[in-house]
Amino acid sequence: MNAWLARHLQTLVGSLGRLSQQPIATALTVLVMGIALALPACLDVLVRNAQAAGGSWDRALDVSVYLKQSVDADSAARLADKLRQRSDVKAVQLIKADEALQEFREHSGFGEALAALSNNPLPHTLVVTPAENGASPTALATLRDELGKLSEVEVVQLDTDWVQRYLAMLDTVRRLVTMVAVLLAVGVVVIVGNTIRLDIQNRRDEIEVTKLVGGSDAFVRRPFLYCGVWYGLGGGLLAWLVVTVAVALLAGPVQRIAGLYGSTFNLSGLGFVGGIELLALGVVLGWLGSFAAATRHLRAVEPR
Amino acid sequence: MNATAVAQPMIRFQSVAKRYPNGREALSNLTLDVAAGEMVFLTGHSGAGKSTLLKLLALIERPTRGSLIVNGQNLATITRRKIPAYRRQLGMVFQDHKLLADRSIFDNVSLPLVVANTPPRDIGKRVRAALDQVGLLKYEQAKPIELSTGEQQRVGLARAVVTKPPLLIADEPTGNLDPDLSLEVMNIFKRFQEVGVTVLIASHNVQLIEQFNARRLHLEGGRLLEQSTDGASSLFDPTRLLDQAGVKQDSAS
Repeated sequence: MNAWLARHLQTLVGSLGRLSQQPIATALTVLVMGIALALPACLDVLVRNAQAAGGSWDRALDVSVYLKQSVDADSAARLADKLRQRSDVKAVQLIKADEALQEFREHSGFGEALAALSNNPLPHTLVVTPAENGASPTALATLRDELGKLSEVEVVQLDTDWVQRYLAMLDTVRRLVTMVAVLLAVGVVVIVGNTIRLDIQNRRDEIEVTKLVGGSDAFVRRPFLYCGVWYGLGGGLLAWLVVTVAVALLAGPVQRIAGLYGSTFNLSGLGFVGGIELLALGVVLGWLGSFAAATRHLRAVEPR
Repeated sequence: MNATAVAQPMIRFQSVAKRYPNGREALSNLTLDVAAGEMVFLTGHSGAGKSTLLKLLALIERPTRGSLIVNGQNLATITRRKIPAYRRQLGMVFQDHKLLADRSIFDNVSLPLVVANTPPRDIGKRVRAALDQVGLLKYEQAKPIELSTGEQQRVGLARAVVTKPPLLIADEPTGNLDPDLSLEVMNIFKRFQEVGVTVLIASHNVQLIEQFNARRLHLEGGRLLEQSTDGASSLFDPTRLLDQAGVKQDSAS
């Protein structure tokens, strides 16, 4: 077991040494892989940020609940308390009829006309902010229907069209990113596979001699698999770097835009876990590409 | 060792024929035995089938007809997956020595041990023993290019014997060497035979092999023409077979 482990470690380091003997070819392969991995990673970061931004616009998802005229302020406050208990509700704000009238009077320009009214025509209103898990279109529709059935409620208003459009758009983009990612992943596998195929051709003599002295297929294949793993790791690291730099360059302008919209939204990068995932993805794809190429092409290299 | 084991030759060709896909018949109905511990020269012009015979032994090629038994194993039963394990029982020496130019002498010689998963602490010892046997211990860290042709061939020989195989086969091992070096290399082969290794050498250098007291198999057009000289009757001489078996047994113990 120890000898086996030592052998693998030796091959792992040995294959790195091999790659460093052809620094330019290796760098080019790693560069191509890095770019191919960085593109979907950047798009993924973009979508995640768009989702987060959507989350910070959650005021747009608020549900306005207009109570019946007959409901007094105390009942309205009790109802607000009751709604705050719901798991799909994050917050409930009570706007009393008097406050609403006051605000309306100040901002609407109908101040004079309103002053002529003998009593307040506005009802008490609850502004219900859905919880994160309640922000999907179906959850919002359920919330709206349930609120509408309450005896105190006159009308529930929710601009679900807007929400649905936004989420549908995000869904399309996300699917697009997945497709691009799958295509580029296939590309990475092919790039590694092709590089390994050329490497096998260049090392024909070595492979033949190794087979002649009794090297098994697995033994002959091992250094090529480790080469693929190194390519993947290198490509993953480069992609991580590209994403980090891109996010750093965009962070300033994005914050300015968000500031203009009165938001404190911040562009977030891959994060440590995301980076590790990217490295793992690179390693897996590199291994896959080298495995496919080595299994296919090493069979053909037999001593003559 | 019982009587049947003694009678078991190291190599047995039985009505073996080899026809290549292009239709050329390289070997026709070849039947021959090589006893354990024997040293045999394989002679003949190029194209006579010497290389094909050696390739069949190394399982680089498969016979079209007939059966081939090496060291008690019928080669027809050895599947592709089992070829590496089979080849580890074989030491092979080539005319162009087939050393890896980018690796040190030590790494070249240790390759058969490495592929056989030999524990690392044993490798150094055995590589040095093999290099010592061919007189090249001091070149351990050199690259093949730094050595003379004769020395390179001796490194190839060290690589072939480092796993202590029971059978050593060589294809024109002195083909690129001048007469002095050729004799030197042949003497090393002879020394391995003397400690019980079965040695089969393809060579067309008649003057060289006449200096050795060994059986000669002469191939012509894929047929065995003669089993000549002083060793000719050895195959059918039970006392000599017993002697050779005895040699092997001694060396093994």
